[in-house]
Amino acid sequence: MSNYMVNLKINNIPVSVPEGTTILEAAKKLNFRIPTLCYHEDLSVAGNCRVCVVEQQGARLLQAACAAPVAEGMEILTNSNKVRQARKHVIELLLSEHRADCTECYKNGNCELQDLAHEYGVNQHMFIDLNRKKNYTIDRSSPSIIKDDSRCIRCQRCVRTCEELQGVSALAVAYKGDHQKISTFFEHPMFEVVCTNCGQCINRCPTGALIEKTYIDEVWDAINDPTKHVVVQTAPAVRIGLGEILGYEPGERVTGKMVTALKLLGFDSVLDTDFTADLTIMEEGTELLTRLKKALVDKEQVALPMMTSCSPGWIKFQEHLFPNLLDNLSTCKSPQQMFGALAKTYYAQKKGLNGKDVVSVSIMPCTAKKFEAGRPEMRSSGFQDVDYVLTTRELGMMIKQAGIDFMRLPDSHYDSIMGESTGAAVIFGATGGVMEAALRTAYEIVTGRPVPFQNLNITPVRGMEGVREASIKIEGCVPEWSFLEGAVLKVAIAHGLANAKKLMKAVSDGTVSYHFIEVMACPGGCLGGGGQPIPTNKEIRQKRAEAIYAEDEGMPLRKSHENPEVQLIYQDFLGKPLGHKSHDLLHTHYKPRKRY
Amino acid sequence: MENKLLKKVDLIFCKTCQDDIEVVKKAITRHPDEIINDLIDSGLKGRGGAGFPTGLKWKFTKNQDSAVKYVVCNADEGEPGTFKDREILDTVATKVFAGMAICGYCIGAKEGYMYLRGEYNFLLKKLNASLDEFNAKIKAAGLDFHIQLRSGSGAYICGEESALFESLEGKRGEPRNKPPYPTVAGFMGKPTVINNVETFVYTAMINHFGVAKFKELGTTDSRGSKVFSISGDTPKAGIYELELGMSVDEFVKEFGDGDTKAVQVGGASGHCVPRKKFNDTIIGFEGIPTGGSMMLFNSSRSMYNVLKDYLEFFTEESCGQCTPCRVGCQQLLKGIEAVKRGERPASYLEELKKLALSMKVAAKCGLGQSVANPFISIIDNFKEEIIY
Ligand code: SF4
Ligand code: SF4
Ligand code: SF4
Ligand code: SF4
Ligand code: FES
Repeated sequence: MSNYMVNLKINNIPVSVPEGTTILEAAKKLNFRIPTLCYHEDLSVAGNCRVCVVEQQGARLLQAACAAPVAEGMEILTNSNKVRQARKHVIELLLSEHRADCTECYKNGNCELQDLAHEYGVNQHMFIDLNRKKNYTIDRSSPSIIKDDSRCIRCQRCVRTCEELQGVSALAVAYKGDHQKISTFFEHPMFEVVCTNCGQCINRCPTGALIEKTYIDEVWDAINDPTKHVVVQTAPAVRIGLGEILGYEPGERVTGKMVTALKLLGFDSVLDTDFTADLTIMEEGTELLTRLKKALVDKEQVALPMMTSCSPGWIKFQEHLFPNLLDNLSTCKSPQQMFGALAKTYYAQKKGLNGKDVVSVSIMPCTAKKFEAGRPEMRSSGFQDVDYVLTTRELGMMIKQAGIDFMRLPDSHYDSIMGESTGAAVIFGATGGVMEAALRTAYEIVTGRPVPFQNLNITPVRGMEGVREASIKIEGCVPEWSFLEGAVLKVAIAHGLANAKKLMKAVSDGTVSYHFIEVMACPGGCLGGGGQPIPTNKEIRQKRAEAIYAEDEGMPLRKSHENPEVQLIYQDFLGKPLGHKSHDLLHTHYKPRKRY
Repeated sequence: MENKLLKKVDLIFCKTCQDDIEVVKKAITRHPDEIINDLIDSGLKGRGGAGFPTGLKWKFTKNQDSAVKYVVCNADEGEPGTFKDREILDTVATKVFAGMAICGYCIGAKEGYMYLRGEYNFLLKKLNASLDEFNAKIKAAGLDFHIQLRSGSGAYICGEESALFESLEGKRGEPRNKPPYPTVAGFMGKPTVINNVETFVYTAMINHFGVAKFKELGTTDSRGSKVFSISGDTPKAGIYELELGMSVDEFVKEFGDGDTKAVQVGGASGHCVPRKKFNDTIIGFEGIPTGGSMMLFNSSRSMYNVLKDYLEFFTEESCGQCTPCRVGCQQLLKGIEAVKRGERPASYLEELKKLALSMKVAAKCGLGQSVANPFISIIDNFKEEIIY
């Protein structure tokens, strides 16, 4: 942004802002709120809903505050009669085209359109109901996402999300005039198109037009079925997101209260995905070292760089768009799926249960996990490894339904067998976290010493840059890994699929060379996942990231290989990383998919 | 108010000034600033209806500090009742090319695009042939400027200049936010002069005949002449070049059928002038500006049907991105239907007028902003026909 300052007046109050600032931003500086719908901080400006219009003195047209840059000497009124009338009309028009039965809507209570309708006291029956005759269909084909055009206000936030943040472009605007709608390639159902199920569009949809497919009722049924033993796992990012739904500010860690709440909800065992995150590090770290050994010592052809595989949106993206790089993906299942496979085998065995009586539920910051759980490859326990996936939002809803006064809950600890975790696992929730966790362990395996970073914090891999890279020189190897002596391990990290796409293009073209790449489908990593509380923006994601790293620092154990339950499972059940049993239960394969 | 009599003019189609390469050759011996100043002096305003001074547009674009600039000819004529560009392109296309080339010379652009309405694709072959010849000739004359033809998708909104750029860039034709204006960031985000077919011809003709001849015509606010497509209840439907500044009355005297009750000036997005206002309504920027479409209605017409047709057109042709236009058009249409059927009281028309006024100030582009013109002028002047 330029240094040149522009002077203007908003509601007769002078303000001076850098050239290029929008009227919306300038008004914010003076604490005047201007309503918005199509605008989202994470996205490019569309200026199409027109609810943010303001009056510029001397101009015939109202200006869209989100899209109009300030100009010297401008005099803006954000709240004139003309403005209020136009905004009210916009809201009434949107409602006239909208199936506004809020009581039947999943977004009831967390909907930007509803808020504005309330704020402007609109009478939605003023205009003719256009919605009823339009025969909208609701697309429920996806395991993760429900797309309901009858609640869509055509703000195109989802289209911009999918294109700009995710580089996927599964959604597009189709037709014109009264037929205009948000559509997919040739209107194929969501399940058939390139959609990665990442849910980023859901996070930015201001209404109930895009929501996650919920499995709350199924989970209640399982809990209430006395013949079932219901275990629940919670992903690292849930504990720093859940609070936002239940009354806390972003960045509040509610791990202990969450565990208590899950117990109160009636789960038979409350366990931690972090356990299998630690396990993932063991498997994936070993896999990386093995690939490096094959490449460097045995001179075999192996796929390098190796790429992380814990983000199912990213996996599907790769299957659609870079099928040539599928061998580069780690064969490790995601922590959720490792957990599911073990819940119905190892855990069941330890508890003296039959795997068929175990129902495994996971609480995830991610909507793609719902898709992942249903992949046909994910049945290595002999059953569907994970039965139901709930988002952070759905868990918040269950806690509300149960009438639990969350803020007053005491803390409690996860149950045992698969409930122990380390700081390394917690940071899986932030972009760069898997990389950091893997490096903490791999470096120590290879050298016998902790990574040479103060307090184990590998800060170069942290942060919110779209693509980050780092390199670590390996020195002082133990004899077994001496072939890595002096090697420089080069790593890269991307979050948000549009960034991943850039990185994959560079990898494909051979313009970059790395050993290990971490990709998280969502901006910020899992903490910005498609199942996390709405709204989201940079500031919120930043606070969640700080909470994640604070959680890590507060843990007594901070390296995956030090997790005692992980050590135990190798001793009692799995044998060794990449061993036969691990291979059967914890690893998987991928398949190319069509490009639309 | 000046009030000119109806006068037929022959600048656009004139046969005595066909050697358009000579016009370009002559122009490029002069300094771009001289040419632009002439245009400013001539008072030529864009002939699309919005009426921005053409010389200023060129000047702003010339003054932009950018290595790459473009000239774009908007040949996406889609306004119902307008067919003048087709005639111009069919008979005197090289005059359009000449205007574009002179513009390219003035602003420092090397590339020009003509965006042709999809429905006019039958002209493509002929146009391409004469364009090839033209490109070769100006190259030989030493002008580094090349014009290409692009065919539009057939969506009305692609005639809106920023939507046209989007479409030219291979994207969905949706209007952009303004500012920035095309003079700053147009095609491919570069400074661009976009004029319509007729405007480019006039720039060439001003170069050919000189400013004085052009300035003789029209009024202070509306210099020169323009081409009109005349249709509806008239024995003389067709294309005419007329001096600007005549009253609707003058116009009707010449083109009416003796029973004209209303004239729609400026096509679907223009104003409907009832007989009682014929006398004091001037066709030009001081009165009712027009892109050129003039439709005459006699007493056999139902103005309800006329309005309904327009609203159906807009409901379909709105790009749909902005709320006031996408939903507003549907509400205006359903609204008058409901009033007609007695499902809403006549007073509902007042609510709809307020809505139309909101559309006029809040819609994102000219399409949605202009729906209020036919709507309010027809509702106000023919209320009984709407209600009963
Ligand atoms: S999307 Fe919002 S306004 Fe629409 S029904 Fe749902 S809660 Fe109500
Ligand atoms: S879930 Fe992700 S990939 Fe699918 S449409 Fe939404 S943003 Fe695009
Ligand atoms: S689905 Fe949601 S985000 Fe997409 S256009 Fe509709 S309302 Fe906007
Ligand atoms: S006014 Fe109409 S045509 Fe213009 S941007 Fe809005 S919806 Fe599209
Ligand atoms: S928020 Fe500005 S136009 Fe939608």
